[in-house]
Amino acid sequence: MRTALLLLLLLALAAVPGSLVPQRSSNPNGVIQYFKDNPDLAPILDALQLFDVFTSMWFSSIYLLLFLSLIGCVIPRTAHHLRALRTPPPKTPARLERLPGFSTVETTDTDAAVAIESARTLLRKSGYRVRVFDGANLSVSAERGYLRETGNLVFHTALIGVLFAVGIGGGFTYTGQRVIVEGQPFVNILSDYSSFTPGRFFDESMLPPFRMVLDDFSVEYEQENVNALGFPIDYTADVSVTIPGEPVSRGTVKVNQPLPLLGSDVFLLGNGYAPRITVTDGEGNVAFTDIVPFLPQDANLTSMGFIKAPDALPEQIGMIGFFYPTAGELSTGALTSIHADLLNPLLTLNVYTGDLGIDDGIPRNVYQLDVDGMTQVAGGDTGIEAIKLRPGETAPLPNGLGTVTFEDANPAPSMAKDYADSVLRFATFDITHDPSRGWVLAFALLSLSGLLIALFIPRRRVWVKAIETSGAVRLEYAGLARGYDPGLEPAVNDLQQRHRQQLNIKDT
Amino acid sequence: MTLILDEYSLLTVYTAMGIYTLAFVMFAIDMAKRSTSKPVPVSVGSQRRQSDAQGAVATLQETEPPRQPSRYKFERIAFSLVVLGWVFHAAGVALRGMAQSFVPWANMYEFALISSALIVGVFIVIQWWQNLKFLGVYITGFTLITLGVGTVNFYVPVKPLPPALDSYWLIIHVIVASLGTALFAIGAGLAIIQLLQARREAGKKSLALLKTLPDAMKLENLTYFTTVIGFVFWTFTLIAGSIWAERSWGRYWGWDTKEVWTFIIWVIYAGYIHARATRGWRGTRSAWLAIIGFLAVIFNYAIVNVFIPGLHSYSGL
Ligand code: HEM
Repeated sequence: MRTALLLLLLLALAAVPGSLVPQRSSNPNGVIQYFKDNPDLAPILDALQLFDVFTSMWFSSIYLLLFLSLIGCVIPRTAHHLRALRTPPPKTPARLERLPGFSTVETTDTDAAVAIESARTLLRKSGYRVRVFDGANLSVSAERGYLRETGNLVFHTALIGVLFAVGIGGGFTYTGQRVIVEGQPFVNILSDYSSFTPGRFFDESMLPPFRMVLDDFSVEYEQENVNALGFPIDYTADVSVTIPGEPVSRGTVKVNQPLPLLGSDVFLLGNGYAPRITVTDGEGNVAFTDIVPFLPQDANLTSMGFIKAPDALPEQIGMIGFFYPTAGELSTGALTSIHADLLNPLLTLNVYTGDLGIDDGIPRNVYQLDVDGMTQVAGGDTGIEAIKLRPGETAPLPNGLGTVTFEDANPAPSMAKDYADSVLRFATFDITHDPSRGWVLAFALLSLSGLLIALFIPRRRVWVKAIETSGAVRLEYAGLARGYDPGLEPAVNDLQQRHRQQLNIKDT
Repeated sequence: MTLILDEYSLLTVYTAMGIYTLAFVMFAIDMAKRSTSKPVPVSVGSQRRQSDAQGAVATLQETEPPRQPSRYKFERIAFSLVVLGWVFHAAGVALRGMAQSFVPWANMYEFALISSALIVGVFIVIQWWQNLKFLGVYITGFTLITLGVGTVNFYVPVKPLPPALDSYWLIIHVIVASLGTALFAIGAGLAIIQLLQARREAGKKSLALLKTLPDAMKLENLTYFTTVIGFVFWTFTLIAGSIWAERSWGRYWGWDTKEVWTFIIWVIYAGYIHARATRGWRGTRSAWLAIIGFLAVIFNYAIVNVFIPGLHSYSGL
């Protein structure tokens, strides 16, 4: 017990740094930031595995030792308990008067044999295991609550089950992320994910074959509460799914409401806007036309995106764009979005020319633009204002470099311009597969029920002894509990009362 | 309508705080009076033992706890005030819930409101089982601090629920966590008095009022019972939280800061339960563990939510 206790306290202590230092598993960007902020300290912490506390040598050793000691504890106890289950209650103590709930009844209305037989039946009916002893005095020894120990063993064993389910099952999990723009398909193969985290035993053939198209992504905004106007209150992604050999089916994914698909689950994690942008170069050729997902920077979806036109002539063109679904101005004059919906959409673009640095074959992040080898020609300190576009508008690039168009995704013929569907939305999906979770849950619930039984079923021994004294019988009652049991004395008293009733012993 | 209800809610909460303050003062006066009056054994445990020792015949068996001496007038007034304050407190929670047409436990302010309401609620209900009114100063004091910090530092007007929080698991998770917190709070209070009482029983200098309180053994058992029920709730909190995380984020456990602390608290209390069954750790040492466990609960709420970033922080201050 002492080992278990010390290891438990050590485990609690060891988990603390995992909450104070950012962890690679849950907060990788935090770790990068930590290295930037504390360049001297970070490598030391890293050497101590403090950025990976929960997979570190020292944390793992503690919980493995704990579980080793747990297994070493549970096995002999189970054996012992199985024996105890088959052993009848122990002999009645010679003297009961020191025991809790002790009381006596003096009577001439009955004799010892009748009294003990009646106590035996009473105790039996209340779920006690009973045994009558015939020594100097006739007595009955009774015990109940073997379930308490059973519950305790179930609790501890199920904890081992949880650990095994997590440890083994975790190897078969995978999680992948993918940004899908409205109208675009996703095919469930490794190369179609933007990021993917496989478990140890993952193999690409484990990915179920399906194709999913994001038909529509809609957001509902708060309209009434003036404290929270425009606050998003519901996100809905409508998808159609194709599984080989089956007709196309439709489904929805909401936050907290994943879509189950062939053993995987599709979760909705994030969303944003994806403007369609076309760039023509100085020679009049279309150098770029694509839908570009812009990454949200704040709650009102001020978003940032990058456009790279490597084929533009005479020089490559790059742009850093900001998109404001509902453009507004800060007191400083800077633009910001004041609502997440498309009420007053505006795109601004800083334009660069020169070498995009993507011809050397090194893959570049689409969510980044390396401007080191480039010259800025619009926006910032160039003296030329950044390009500003509304959906459907085209503007010339400076220096005769060409033009850029912010395509309207839903060109309305009418004059009254409604921007509602002018820019496509994208949704970020997480597709996960975790065969262990059912097991983990089952063991956790088993453990919880074991705990309830172990803590709340009292383990009690109760004795009734009948001592014959010159013509009368003295009945003695007492009990004993394992652990804290506030109900023991009332239970013994209650037994005594019912026993007297059954024997018709009057109150004295 | 929403905003009016929210304002009424705040008003009732302030009223509750006023009444709790009065109750706090009354409890404090009661404590002061106990310190000066001459000791009378009121401990249920010790009286029982006396009757046991006499080996009383059946008819003498007295199972009813002894009556409260009428000298504890201030305690009775204080307790009535607590009940009255709680009615306002509960009304405040209900109005806040009606204002946003969702259970009011989606941000720090609301969590302060609901958890303190449950602490007081459990404190009231538990009196049917055991007379623990002597914890009144501690409970009302703690509640006043929670509500004070909640209304002053964490208050936010009613907002619609962010989609991520719109889940039945949130309702279950938070209510069970609050119930667990309430029981841990009471357990820690009992453990503190247990420590003081053990000091007195060891013959050290101590407060006179301790003579009017249950003995250390009895307190230890009470600590154990409340804490262990709290532990069951906490275990369930852990499971419900994991289910919700799985439904929401696609993984049931990710060692997010808040998850780390929920785990730490659970392990500390598992340690406490073991300590109670380990030779040399019963009594004082285990009482310290019950107190440390509750400090971790407070830390989890007050520090982790506010200062340490994590996925859970989007529940908003
Ligand atoms: C993963 C580590 C462990 C955890 C989380 C844990 C948790 C618990 C909990 C919550 C209880 C109280 C429930 C009950 O009474 O059945 C308990 C009791 C107990 N545990 Fe563990 N335990 C762990 C490891 C161990 C180990 C390694 C041993 C072996 C030495 C052990 C022996 C016991 C015993 C004997 C009790 C009964 C205490 C009593 O009678 O009050 N536990 N444990």
